Parts: sequence; structure tokens; C-alpha cells
Amino acid sequence: MEKFSRHTGVGVPLRYSNVDTDQIIPAVYLKRVTRTGFEDALFAAWRGDDSFVLNQPAFSSGSVLVAGPDFGTGSSREHAVWALKDYGFKVVLSSRFADIFRGNSGKQGLLTGELAQDDIELIWKVLENAPGTEVTVDLEHRQVRCAEVVAPMQVDDYTRWRLMEGLDDIGLTMRHVDMISDFEAARPSHKPRTLS
Amino acid sequence: MGRTLAEKVWDAHIVRQAEGEPDLIYIDLHLVHEVTSPQAFEGLRLAGRQVRRPDLTIATEDHNTPTVDIDKPIADLTSRTQIDTLRKNCEEFGVRLHPLGDVDQGIVHVVGPQLGLTQPGLTVVCGDSHTSTHGAFGALAFGIGTSEVEHVLATQSLSARPFKTMAVNVEGTLKPGTTAKDIILAVIAQIGTGGGQGYVLEYRGEAIRELSMEARMTICNMSIEAGARAGMIAPDETTFDYIHGRPHAPAGKEWDAAVEYWRTLRSDDDAVFDAEVTIDAESLEPFVTWGTNPGQGLPLSGAVPDPEAISDETSRAAAERALEYMDLAPGTRLRDIAVDTVFIGSCTNGRIEDLRAAAEVVRGRRKADGVRVLVVPGSFKVRMQAESEGLDAVFTEFGAEWRHAGCSMCLGMNPDQLAPGERSASTSNRNFEGRQGKGGRTHLVSPLVAAATGVRGTLSSPADLEPSEPVA
Ligand code: SF4
Repeated sequence: MEKFSRHTGVGVPLRYSNVDTDQIIPAVYLKRVTRTGFEDALFAAWRGDDSFVLNQPAFSSGSVLVAGPDFGTGSSREHAVWALKDYGFKVVLSSRFADIFRGNSGKQGLLTGELAQDDIELIWKVLENAPGTEVTVDLEHRQVRCAEVVAPMQVDDYTRWRLMEGLDDIGLTMRHVDMISDFEAARPSHKPRTLS
Repeated sequence: MGRTLAEKVWDAHIVRQAEGEPDLIYIDLHLVHEVTSPQAFEGLRLAGRQVRRPDLTIATEDHNTPTVDIDKPIADLTSRTQIDTLRKNCEEFGVRLHPLGDVDQGIVHVVGPQLGLTQPGLTVVCGDSHTSTHGAFGALAFGIGTSEVEHVLATQSLSARPFKTMAVNVEGTLKPGTTAKDIILAVIAQIGTGGGQGYVLEYRGEAIRELSMEARMTICNMSIEAGARAGMIAPDETTFDYIHGRPHAPAGKEWDAAVEYWRTLRSDDDAVFDAEVTIDAESLEPFVTWGTNPGQGLPLSGAVPDPEAISDETSRAAAERALEYMDLAPGTRLRDIAVDTVFIGSCTNGRIEDLRAAAEVVRGRRKADGVRVLVVPGSFKVRMQAESEGLDAVFTEFGAEWRHAGCSMCLGMNPDQLAPGERSASTSNRNFEGRQGKGGRTHLVSPLVAAATGVRGTLSSPADLEPSEPVA
């Protein structure tokens, strides 16, 4: 996983609250066997609508999603995070995230930053008045900047540390690989093996 | 203070423990199938990682496999892709695979025990909720998500917090005609589909000790339907006898060392469970479900409940919705409910004893007109065993379809599905809306009830049948 300390990219205003994982990626896409290539599945139900924000050229290359409250509710599908990442999003900002979605995101290197709803509204205005405006997300200093707006961002210490170190779950465990090897060395020999 | 069985197994697998963090526990056996593994393998590939212990990993094809024409290419594209992907991944990462057509192919939870890989005191995981089946051996066995599958493939360990423990005491002795399936359906009806949430259920008591290994697997299998993470039964002579001599069972000195350890795997007398429930096996009757979750079950002698009579508002609303979906009127006698299909199979009741029990009921009889009866062995080996005992002939003479091994109509990912509006008596574990096919209606039953239902065409137990003509 890549280390994350600061990111600057085009902000995308998504003025919806309660965007659930079914809307982020509809169930029909779950049959796939890959974990990349989900960019076309992101917000699939809305993508046919020309007025949808990602269909506007100024926003289509966005990497910072600025969403309404309660983002990522519903089923725990990890595909929701894959779809956002595959599309090119590095950060989602919202005033409130569903727990499981936030957990899944942190594990996979997508930053979910919590902002006050007032700040979200200010950023929405900037982005809508000047489509294509960049947003800077400074994880190190827990701060978001967009034009004149400077907003404090909440990210828990543990997630921040993981993202800044670039550690996914496996990477975290691998830091203790010696302990795993020690444990293995002491396993009783009567335990079964699948290969002879 | 003493420890419970689950705590003993957990403690024996702690690789690392740190204040405020989940434990890192070691995984002894990782079972893999085609549905939940593709993205896990791809994750490894993307990160340039290997499978740490291919020798503790085994894969089989089950969810998508057809049960007829197994020598032909799989028609459904998604199914075929998942299977092809598993084959490629297993080859690339050096994981042992039992593909369709192989003698050790079958439902992952049938194959593990059959090979003697499932043993007491192990930690067993699989990207599948019915991994709880393996707890019948005194293993701590539970389902995990796809990213956890990847984590176990890469590290042979898992970050997790210990589960709470619940003792399920099943006292007394089962009456003839009642089975392990009736015990577990009664347990779920009693504690509810959320009653086991966060717990490992340890089944204890006289009735459990008297059960065969296969019956114990039926019980542990459905622990998840009570919301539990896992189910366990302390190993005893029955367990050791079952494992002895299987391909992966320890032998010689290793066997003695293993058994000595296994004998320590029981909850201490002074162990304290976080919760405890008691069921009286003596009073159990054949159980069937009437609704759309496994907790909505009643003795077969009962009638479809009236939602009006349910005081709890949430349960009442759930019952109303269930009856509408199931197209059942309150007060209908359960014995009067006619089915279109009988399904005998799945990781709950697709083992040889289940097929024997069902075959005994139908031997020398003809199925009811208009009822389709599918018999799907849980594994290729179960099928071979059944054929060597002539059970296939018993079933086909009865008018049933004798199929190849797989999950089949348990979830209908292959072509074995209910049509919209069709009703089944099914020995599987989930009666959710659409589980066996869009619009399909499922009644969960034991193999005995399934067989008797095939004879009469309405939900029935063997006791309802006229004595059969002597077999010529
Ligand atoms: S038989 Fe049914 S419950 Fe068992 S593994 Fe297959 S699909 Fe899952």
C-alpha cells in the first residue's frame, strides 16, 4: 500500500446524504472475480444521467469526493472501496461515515476524513462555483484546504498512522512475521497438512 | 478459574497479544472454494505476495458446480469463470485443489472431515459462514470475509478478538424419528436468529454425546443461523473413532500424542460461560420451518402461527412478511402444506448417514405425483459410498433424481433452483427469500421429514406413512 501524507486533486461535490454501498456499487457487479477494474461500476445507477456530477468534464478526473452525511451505509461489501479507488478517488470527505465502510477504507488506503457539515457546505460552494478547483488534504496536519476554505479534519490516530506508514492489514501482520515463524516452529507435529 | 473449550483452543493459537489490539491467532487449516477466493488471490498477486502455507490450505469446487452432465463445460458464464479462476489460482500459488470430477471433490465442509483434515483443537477458517460445521470435532471453526481470506493466505494468521461463550445444554435422549436437525432447529427457534451473536455455542449434554459425528456436524453447521460465530462440541471416543484411519489422520506415535492432547479439550468443570440455555431433547418432535428465517420453526404437529398473536412488534411484522412471501394462511396445519420439490443434500444433511436415513424411509415406495425429489450427495465420496450400498437404486426406484456432488439447490448458484412460487422441503440450512431460486419458498426439514414428504407430497414425518409393501 502507498504511503499517504498529503494529496491534492480535483474536488467532486456529491450533494447526497445516505449514499449506501448499493449506490456506490450495485450488487450485479459483485459477481466479478477481479478486485480492480470496478471504475465503471462506481455509482452505476447515476452514471447514465448527464447531469450527474461525475459526468461533467470538469469533475470527471476528480480524486477528492466531498459527500453528504452518512456515506457508505448498508451492506459491508468491500467492493465499494475498490470502486472508489479504481475510479481514482484518494479521499472521501463527509461529516459522517458508516463504521464498516470507514473500516474497510482504512484497510485499503482510501482516506475517509470527517469534516464539520458547515465546512462541507463551504467546500461544495467553492467547487460548484468554480468546477475543477483542487482540494488539498493534509493528513499529517489533519487539515483540508480548498480555495479560501481551511477546515480541520478528523481521522483517528490509528488509521492516520497506518495510512502514513502505508500499511495494509497484511503489512501490519508482516511486522510480526518472526512471531508467526516462532509459533510455527513450536506447533505439534501431529497437526494435519494438506500436502504430503 | 477454569476455561471453556473455545477459550482453550483460542489460547493455544495466540501468536501475539497486545493491549488494546485484537489478538493475532494462528490458523491450522484454511479451506478455499471458488466464490470467495478470487479477489483474495488477486490481492496477493497485486502485492507480490505468496501463500505462506500451501500445506495448510486446500480448495474444492462446490458452489457453482453442476450436478448433471459434469463432463460438459459449465454453461453459466459467471460460474465457469469462477471455477476457471480458482483452478488458475491454485496452480499459480501451489494450493491443492479437488476440481469437479475428482474423487475428493465435494462441498468444502463435507470434504475436510472426510479427509481427516478436520481434527480437534484446530483453528479452521473458510470464506464461508457454514465453516462452523467443523466445530463438531472440537475445532474452533468460523467463516471469514474475502479480505481475511487474503490475510490468512498471506500470513496463515488472523487478527481477531475472542468470542463470547454460550453453553447449549441438550439434556435427555432423542425419541425415534427425531434427529440432530430437529435439535438445532429447536435451538434456533428458542434463542432466535440473533441470539448467538458474538458467541461460540458449545453443545453439551447427554443428547449430544449420543450423536454420531455426522449428526454433530449437522448441529454445528447451523450455529451460524442462530447468529453465532461458531459452534463446538468437545471431542470424545466418537470423534476419535471417526478420525482414526482417515487419509490425513495422525498415525502411530503421532496418533497417541494427538489423542492425549485431544482428551484435554473439554470445558473445565468450573469454567464459566457468558450465557447458557437448555433444551430438552426428550420432548422434541420433528421440526419444520414455516417462515423465511431458520428461527421461524415449529414442531410438525403444529400450525402456521397467527401473527396477530405475536406480542413483540418486530417479530409480528417479520411473521406477517414471511407468511405473505410463503403464501401461507395462519392456522394451516403444517402437515397439510404441499410441496413441489424435495431437496436432500447440502453441508447440513448431505452426508452418508443422511442419505441412508432418507433411503430407509423411501425404500420400496413411489414418490407422490408431481413432486420432484433431488438427492445430491455432499461429496463425490459420499456418492460412491451410497452407490456401493445400493442407495442410488433405492432413490431412483422411488422416482428421485440421483445427482452429482455440490451445493446445488442449497443456494441455487448452479442450475438447480426453485422456480418462482415453487415450494420445497429442504434439508439445507437457509430458508431466506429467494435462497433456492427467485421467488422460491423453502421449508427446512430433517432428511427423515424430507423423505416422508416426498412420499406423501405434504410435509410429513415417517410416522405418518402407512407401512410399506414388503420389498420384493
Ligand atoms: S451447501 Fe449450502 S450452506 Fe453449505 S457451503 Fe454450500 S451453499 Fe453454503
